[in-house]
Amino acid sequence: MWGILRRSAVDGGGFSSSSLGKTRFALVSARSYAAGSKEMTVRDALNSAIDEEMSADPKVFVMGEEVGQYQGAYKITKGLLEKYGPERVYDTPITEAGFTGIGVGAAYAGLKPVVEFMTFNFSMQAIDHIINSAAKSNYMSAGQINVPIVFRGPNGAAAGVGAQHSQCYAAWYASVPGLKVLAPYSAEDARGLLKAAIRDPDPVVFLENELLYGESFPISEEALDSSFCLPIGKAKIEREGKDVTITTFSKMVGFALKAAEKLAEEGISAEVINLRSIRPLDRATINASVRKTSRLVTVEEGFPQHGVCAEICASVVEESFSYLDAPVERIAGADVPMPYAANLERLALPQVEDIVRAAKRACYRSK
Amino acid sequence: MALSRLSLRSNPFLKPSTTSIRRHVSTDTTPITIETAVPFESHLCDAPSRSVVTSSSEILSFFRDMARMRRTEIAADSLYKAKMIRGFCHLYDGQEALAVGMEAAITKKDAIITSYRDHCTFLGRGGELVEAFSELMGRKRGCSNGKGGSMHFYKKDACFYGGHGIVGAQIPLGCGLAFAQKYSKEEFVTFALYGDGAANQGQLFEALNIAALWDLPAILVCENNHYGMGTATWRSAKSPAYFKRGDYVPGLKVDGMDALAVKQACKFAKEHALKNGPIVLEMDTYRYHGHSMSDPGSTYRTRDEVSGVRQVRDPIERVRKLLLSYDIATEKELKDMEKEVRKEVDDAVAQAKESPVPEPSELFTNMYVKDCGVESFGADRKELKVTLT
Repeated sequence: MWGILRRSAVDGGGFSSSSLGKTRFALVSARSYAAGSKEMTVRDALNSAIDEEMSADPKVFVMGEEVGQYQGAYKITKGLLEKYGPERVYDTPITEAGFTGIGVGAAYAGLKPVVEFMTFNFSMQAIDHIINSAAKSNYMSAGQINVPIVFRGPNGAAAGVGAQHSQCYAAWYASVPGLKVLAPYSAEDARGLLKAAIRDPDPVVFLENELLYGESFPISEEALDSSFCLPIGKAKIEREGKDVTITTFSKMVGFALKAAEKLAEEGISAEVINLRSIRPLDRATINASVRKTSRLVTVEEGFPQHGVCAEICASVVEESFSYLDAPVERIAGADVPMPYAANLERLALPQVEDIVRAAKRACYRSK
Repeated sequence: MALSRLSLRSNPFLKPSTTSIRRHVSTDTTPITIETAVPFESHLCDAPSRSVVTSSSEILSFFRDMARMRRTEIAADSLYKAKMIRGFCHLYDGQEALAVGMEAAITKKDAIITSYRDHCTFLGRGGELVEAFSELMGRKRGCSNGKGGSMHFYKKDACFYGGHGIVGAQIPLGCGLAFAQKYSKEEFVTFALYGDGAANQGQLFEALNIAALWDLPAILVCENNHYGMGTATWRSAKSPAYFKRGDYVPGLKVDGMDALAVKQACKFAKEHALKNGPIVLEMDTYRYHGHSMSDPGSTYRTRDEVSGVRQVRDPIERVRKLLLSYDIATEKELKDMEKEVRKEVDDAVAQAKESPVPEPSELFTNMYVKDCGVESFGADRKELKVTLT
């Protein structure tokens, strides 16, 4: 188990000109236990995944704002234009509805577009194409028209970007039958899930996180292999435990792992589940864990009402009610648009102490 | 057949020799040149010639195909009123010339994508009548197995990509199809059809901008039937010269009720798109029915207007006149052909009525190509839960 051993990088966004052509260096905050093991940033993991899939399949192409000459707003597509040329990497105008529709049309004809949204907030301008043109087509055409497209980009809160640039779209997209929705956490997740998404014959919404791009994670030889793929629809138990189950995805996995460390100091053994896949949701793994621990804290960064946590809570209540020893606890973003002031922003997002407190409540250790 | 080759010489006005054997005009492909009644109007390009090269077999096929489309839409009207078709049903009668003229100019490897008014476009691409009626009635035999409905007909093997319910969405999708054609270095083009209502959609301009920047072989075809649902063009468009709305993109205005003019324009557009990128075609056409079966079509236009168009511009009548004046067929032959078509359609309707509804298990099929063990649920998930395989 590598747990939470990683270096964290402070990266306020991909826009600084100094980031052009430079690999991100990081502050060392933890020692790496596994001597000699490789590490990789999430950014490099995503970049290598796209690179390998483009190399393997000439039908794969990349499209989005600044993905080519600018090297990617967050440098995820760095080097791809130089390597594959302008016939595989397309810079688009700032017209999400138009270029997303074009991407979906290309997928109808059998190509495999990887469409980047600079953030998923902008996907709302193209949401009709994601849902009505992509997600539903295979069904409406009874299998004639499948749509092997990936919509990817940063999702959720960054740092100080305000209300219009901080929303999490996991719950919105994951409610739509016909879509697959993935949310990687580690570099291994990023590589394995993105490669699986690009190879998948169905439309995939791939929710990254800007603040994770610069984080380094240990990565196995297996994960570095060009054939490496993770299964879609399977969650990962990041840390085993027996007293309480904590489910979450994306950046919150790191917070949950930190919370588990704190809880361990107080004698509570928390099992942390990294969902990896929001749709399909791995209800089996979640319920098996809850049946083992009898308590559930479900965590997400997005708005609380009608969120991913609500779905998980419903699933557990439906399938494992008699195993629960305490009500399901939900930790989510505050029910407010994201404020700008740093102190308010901190209050609007789940923090490690919120997860710890909820876990203790579930374990009857506090009010 | 030898007789027909002898009978139709280069001068089409000479009466063919009559014998007791029926003339096999439907196979005669000797070129005939006919002038379109209305000139083309162009924007940023030179209009094609008004002289259209055709043949008697082609004009006859126009007649038969349009008659079939007309009867199909009328049959759909009856079926809808009999409540055998539910939901939305948008009929194309009046606009048939567009579907047949376009097909005459292109191949089945050129792609077509259109809106929800798609029944006749589907038939033009080679779709079968029984599949169309079955789909309309929600039966298994439907082209989408009954799961799509009127607005979601597809025929991928003929490069017909639907059938779209969201106004304007088909335009960027069509530009995407063109993108794929260019990417694959195929010498084919895509026709993205939309109405005068959709012509104001922002995504049209977004997609056209990209198509022009990237030189995509995309042909945007505005089927201007003068009404976006109940709103006339003068109330919805500041500039109703739709063929000019592409601004920097060339355009052509075409008499959309003249199948030969449509053919000429589409042929011209295909050549243009392969060499120079996108072009906009505006087809001046008309729909006899209202926007859909829920719309009587008479609250925003007069009955005189509708009957006036029917008398003066009906596409099938124009072709009938052409066939009669060029002596390609007699009145009786054409009436017989219409009877055959009517029977064809009636038989297809009867067959479609025999088709069963989809199995309940079909509720859960085709959501994904690769199901990866996903679960899906019915209304009561404890009652109906399925693992997709």
